[in-house]
Amino acid sequence: MSEVNSASETVIGRIVRVNGPIVEAEGMGMAGMHDVVEVGDRRLIGEIIRLRNGVATIQVYENTSEMRPGEGVVGTGRPLSVCLGPGLLGTIYDGVQRPLERIAQASGSAVIPRGIKVPPVDMGRTWHFVPSATVGEPLGPGQVFGTVQETVSMAHRLMVPPDMTEGMLTDLLPEGDYGGDTALGHVTTAAGAVQLLGFYHYWPVRRPRPVRARLPLEQPLLTGLRVIDTFFPLPKGGAAAIPGGFGTGKTMTQQALAKWSDAQIIVYIGCGERGNEMTEVLREFPELTDPRNGRSLMERTILIANTSNMPVAAREVSIYTGITMAEYYRDMGYDVAIMADSTSRWAEALRELSGRLEEMPVDEGFPAYLPARLAGFYERAGHVTALGGGQGSVSIIGAVSPPGGDFSEPVTQHTSRFIRCFWALDRDLANARHYPAISWKSSYSEYLPDMGTWWTQRDAEWLHDRSTLMGILQEESSLQRIAKLVGNDALPDSQQLILHVAEIIKNAFLQQNSFDATDMYCSPEKQVWMLRLLAGLARRAMALIRNGCVLSDIERMDGMERLMRMKSEIANGDSQGMAALEQQVNDGLERLERSLSR
Amino acid sequence: MKMPGLEYRGVKNIDGPLVFIDGIHGAAYDELVEITLGNGERRLGQVLDVTTSSAVVQVLGGTESIQPAGTRVRFLGHALQIPVGKSMLGRVFDGIGRPKDGLPPPLGARRRDVNGSPVNPFSREYPRDFIQTGISAIDLMNTLVRGQKLPIFSGNGLPHDRLAAQIARQARLLNEDVEFAIVFAAMGVKHDVARFFLRSFEESGVLDKVAMFLSLADDPSVERMITPRSALTLAEHLAFDEGMHVLVIITDMSNYCEALREIATARDEIPSRKGYPGYLYSDLASMYERAGRIRGQEGSITQMPILTMPNDDISHPIPDLTGYITEGQIVLERDMHQQGVYPPVASLPSLSRLMKDGIGKGHTRDDHPHVASQLFSAYSKVKDIRALAAVIGEEELNPVDKLYMQFGREFEQKVIAQGEFENRSIEQTLELGWKVLRILPRVELLRLSEEELRQHYDVAGPEEKGAAP
Repeated sequence: MSEVNSASETVIGRIVRVNGPIVEAEGMGMAGMHDVVEVGDRRLIGEIIRLRNGVATIQVYENTSEMRPGEGVVGTGRPLSVCLGPGLLGTIYDGVQRPLERIAQASGSAVIPRGIKVPPVDMGRTWHFVPSATVGEPLGPGQVFGTVQETVSMAHRLMVPPDMTEGMLTDLLPEGDYGGDTALGHVTTAAGAVQLLGFYHYWPVRRPRPVRARLPLEQPLLTGLRVIDTFFPLPKGGAAAIPGGFGTGKTMTQQALAKWSDAQIIVYIGCGERGNEMTEVLREFPELTDPRNGRSLMERTILIANTSNMPVAAREVSIYTGITMAEYYRDMGYDVAIMADSTSRWAEALRELSGRLEEMPVDEGFPAYLPARLAGFYERAGHVTALGGGQGSVSIIGAVSPPGGDFSEPVTQHTSRFIRCFWALDRDLANARHYPAISWKSSYSEYLPDMGTWWTQRDAEWLHDRSTLMGILQEESSLQRIAKLVGNDALPDSQQLILHVAEIIKNAFLQQNSFDATDMYCSPEKQVWMLRLLAGLARRAMALIRNGCVLSDIERMDGMERLMRMKSEIANGDSQGMAALEQQVNDGLERLERSLSR
Repeated sequence: MKMPGLEYRGVKNIDGPLVFIDGIHGAAYDELVEITLGNGERRLGQVLDVTTSSAVVQVLGGTESIQPAGTRVRFLGHALQIPVGKSMLGRVFDGIGRPKDGLPPPLGARRRDVNGSPVNPFSREYPRDFIQTGISAIDLMNTLVRGQKLPIFSGNGLPHDRLAAQIARQARLLNEDVEFAIVFAAMGVKHDVARFFLRSFEESGVLDKVAMFLSLADDPSVERMITPRSALTLAEHLAFDEGMHVLVIITDMSNYCEALREIATARDEIPSRKGYPGYLYSDLASMYERAGRIRGQEGSITQMPILTMPNDDISHPIPDLTGYITEGQIVLERDMHQQGVYPPVASLPSLSRLMKDGIGKGHTRDDHPHVASQLFSAYSKVKDIRALAAVIGEEELNPVDKLYMQFGREFEQKVIAQGEFENRSIEQTLELGWKVLRILPRVELLRLSEEELRQHYDVAGPEEKGAAP
């Protein structure tokens, strides 16, 4: 972090032990807990995680190979913090906010050289500042004093840092282009202290940014994935977990959410996962356009990449780095969604560091404070009134990678205590390449009643239609057990119809092809339409069977094949196409109904 | 700063593969150590934990016959390095890069730290060049691309070695005449396995493009910790300094993990699952992630690790953690092997994550993604219908289900199964795929577009197609 450089450069201690990423140093009586230090001759970044009799235990965020006892430790007197201000969007960082693109340029190397120091934002860049506060007026923490256009679609509101004291705005620069390190104005407190306002301020990653009030969650985070929006909705400001074994599509689902969810800012954290996945995001996002404003998706995205081969301590801190940035944009009044892939790797980093600290483990080697840390992270989600008065939200979507796909392991179990939306990925669905492989049997959303209010404003029958489909899917899974023993054909027509309709729901509604230009994103209007069509079909078909209609007549009804392909063959805005299909299906049903009553 | 070369006499404790040394000054973490036994024999070691006056060292040659008193220890001032260079192709080395073929050390070789450095994710190039292996089960259903890490999950007695050798023999890019250089690492496998690969490379005439690092079953287990890293260090040099396309075959990762567990246990570390250390994931990742492509550079590293799943259990920590890091997996299935199907690739649990960007228009053929998706979906239905047929008998199935049964058989016998020396082009493979899909009724093929069905399904005579019910 750049301010580390400007801090006092005195050697405050000496290394006495090196054990992988954990280093012990003596003579550290002056240092504080969670202070950032620079360790050894290469001045690697580390954080103090234990202080005992003047001996500090330091977790080092870079590889400690060839470091020796006797080398010095430089203190900074500050906790681990991120730099907040314009220029974060569209950037890819490592876990301790080092900009990976500029590291590549500065080092001229494809690998990350140890000890390299590059400021998190380009201070040489100028920004067009537009003041919005009045000199001579009082100004308090969180209040906006000016804006810059950070990207074409995103106005960046400059706020008084939350840890500043309220006072009088004594001066403020007029509109103009200024460099990143310009002093923009000053706030003088009642006590006479003069505080500087700039483009940037620092905030400790482990401390949640304060808010004025927490608000109820009422707006759904629309993701364009039908199984989520219609079946297991997540509100803006909510927290969800996606647990799934390897190959069940956690990353694919996370990436789809990052692409299509209607948050204004996305923070995507690749935490202990594959390097190529981050490369894929980097390659793909600039080319994709936001369906809402036609701008490149990268303009609203911050990437944090701490891949599995990068140092484990930096992996531990990466999710805090990400959530702090998310909170910063929330405070400006934006809806932010944060994807953490995967929280299990973060928990494993905790376990590894805990093991090296020789702490007493509880289940599966994880430390006793794992649930507390998980709770602390997920509680940073929320819909709030910010200090400055605006409203914003942070939604958290955490992937979980349970060993062997077994959801009874500690990380999945503890996580499910702190989230209210559980999107369980299913191995059998993934094997059949049914994506998203979100199981309708074991997933849930406790937010459903609140979200239902939003949806019923679009279609009064929404909750009823949704429970019709859910009911059929539940009934199908119990019928499947019998069908597996006796075969579908041995079941009565009414039960065969359930199996048949469930199959239609799975293929025509739940399954979504992320490579199909139309089906990759499904608008809420189209979802409402599809849901109504399927629920109506299911109810009327069941009535037909009860009145003696033959199943195969329903199966071969007009419009069925088009219904199966509506997700990809009818475009999102094409209400005429949907209406025509609805008409066709209804006509078909009516014909059958008439033929029966005759 | 300590001058390298200072020698200490005597070690304090010896425990398993570790020696504990006291009374030293200024050793570095991960530093290379030379241990001289009383009889003059020299072994190398690495510092695992160091304080101001003591160090824990893992001895790569094993601790056998080390005596606490008569042993001398010298710290060499740097981490373990191995020689790298193009001249190492065609040669055989031990796990730490010393010649094992009786020839002198390679000429003009540079030395590199075996640990490598993490590649900046920004500098990576996304892999998307289709590699044709000539094996339908891979090319059609689990496509390999250049720069991918795709392991083979196998079991004892399954033909993973033959499959890996066949891939090494047949792998090539469409429209490009570049041969792969092969770096082969063997950890804890038997002599005959190493000999099998040597002979296979010899017979296909690629031996001068192969570098082998062997740490076999009777070599000290600690050396296995280094072997894959040595191989990958050479591969990185060949790919990113010399611009070559390198295929790295590593066998058997299970033996590597056991060596890691052995050392962790000797250090009294807190175990996580099945006694493996909590950092097994990070440790495996530090090797698997050394694959891929670099922006603006010619070469690539494609990694194919082989691991035998203990008791064929895919949820065992080794395959489980591997699957979380690698970009898919090729799973071999014992049932299919017993039925005589070669290669016995289990279609449903196998996966290639990079396939989506390496196939289809401009890579293989436009219809490839949908054909693969349709085959997966149909074959997964076959599995359900087979379970049903086992209960009620195949005769009782409805006509469509009977077609699925037929599809399943033909898919396994005509698409998946092929000869060990049979090299199919992607065109041939796709045609085979369509041939078995035509067994099914047209209405069942929801994952194929109307256009594709017209072009490929409707072309054959009606006798080939499934009769609509």
